[in-house]
Amino acid sequence: MRATGEARRQFLAAAGGAVAALTLAPGVLLLAPAHGRAPDQPATGKVRWGLLVDTTKCASACADCVSACNRENGLSGRTGPTDAQWIRKIDLKHLRSGRQASLPMMCQHCAAPPCVDVCPTGASFKRADGIVLVDKHICIGCRYCMMACPYKARSLVHEPVTGQNPDVPRGKGTVESCTLCVHRVDRGELPACVAACAAAGHRAIVFGDLNDPASEIAQRVARHPSLQVRADLGLDPGVRYQGI
Amino acid sequence: MRSRALLGTVLVGLALGAGWAVSQERTASVGRVPKPVIAPGQGDKCVEPTDFMRRNHMQVLMFHRDRTVREGIRTPRHSLKGCVECHAGASTGTVAGNEGDFCQSCHAYAAVSIDCFECHATRPREAVAGARKP
Repeated sequence: MRATGEARRQFLAAAGGAVAALTLAPGVLLLAPAHGRAPDQPATGKVRWGLLVDTTKCASACADCVSACNRENGLSGRTGPTDAQWIRKIDLKHLRSGRQASLPMMCQHCAAPPCVDVCPTGASFKRADGIVLVDKHICIGCRYCMMACPYKARSLVHEPVTGQNPDVPRGKGTVESCTLCVHRVDRGELPACVAACAAAGHRAIVFGDLNDPASEIAQRVARHPSLQVRADLGLDPGVRYQGI
Repeated sequence: MRSRALLGTVLVGLALGAGWAVSQERTASVGRVPKPVIAPGQGDKCVEPTDFMRRNHMQVLMFHRDRTVREGIRTPRHSLKGCVECHAGASTGTVAGNEGDFCQSCHAYAAVSIDCFECHATRPREAVAGARKP
C-alpha cells in the first residue's frame, strides 16, 4: 500500500518536484529550466517561439529532422497523397547559377496565420506564444486551412490511428501539422527536429524565443541576414531561413 | 365527443399505471441487474472523490482539455494522460479496447460511446513504447 501511495505522489508531483529540487530558496534557482514555465502557468504573449534554419549546414541527403519528427509524433513516414507529413525536406536550385540549397519546410507558425482566418469552427488557432495549432476536439476536417496555407504545411488524417504517443493525440478526420513539439516545449525541451539535428552534429536548426534579445536565435537573426519564405504575403512567419 | 374524452382519460390512466408498475419492478430487481466490473486503479485514491468522478469526470476532462490545448496548462491532476497511467488494466495495459478495461466496462454498461480514444492513447507511455517494438 505504501509503495502505491508513493507512486501516486510521484505522479501528482511529477513536474513540480523536479523544479522544487533545484530551488535553494524562494526565487533562487540552482539550475533554471532552459525555457520551461511551471505546468500550471499559461503560455504568455511575451514569448514568441521560432526557428532559424541555416541552410548552409543542411545537407541535401540528410533527413534526420524528418525521421525524428515522425518518431516523436507517431507519423508513418510515408509520403503518399493521403499520408500526414509535418515536415519535409526541399531541395532548391538556382537555375542560372546552379547554386543548390536544401531546407526543411514545415508549419511556419505565422504571426498572422491564414489557416486561423479561414477556420469555420475556431479549431485552428494561434497560442499566445506564437505556436499555431489545431484543436482537434473542434476540427471538423473541412480542410479549408490546408487550402489557405501557402506552405502546404497541413495534412488531413485519412485513416484510423492506433498506438499514438500519449503526448500527441492524432485521429482520423482531423487536420494536423507541425506543433513545434508543443508538448516538449512546455516541458522545457527542444522540438524533436532541433534535438535530432543537434545530436547528429549539424546544428542547422536553432529554436528559441524571438522576443528575447538574449536568446541565441534573436541574436543570430539580429546579426546575420535571414529571410522568411514568401515574406511578401505579410504573414510574419516564426520560421526563418539563412543562406537562401 | 364526450365518450372520446373519457376513453382518452382511461388510456392515459392505464399508461401511467403501467409505467408506475414497471418502475416499481425495476426498483425491486435492482439487486439482479448486472453491474460493470470496475478494477481499482493504482494508488490509494483517485484525484477526486469517486462519487464525484463517476458523475462529473467528463466535465473535469473537458475543462482541463481546453486549458491544456489553448493555454498550455499541463498540470497532471486532471489530465487524461494521468487517468490512463493510473487506470490502465493490469493484464491488458489499456483503459479501453478490451471488455474489462476501466473506461470500457462502464461505458459499455451505460451504452455511452467514448470518443477520447479515437485520438488519445489508451496505454501509458512505457506500454506504447513496448508495444511498438516488434
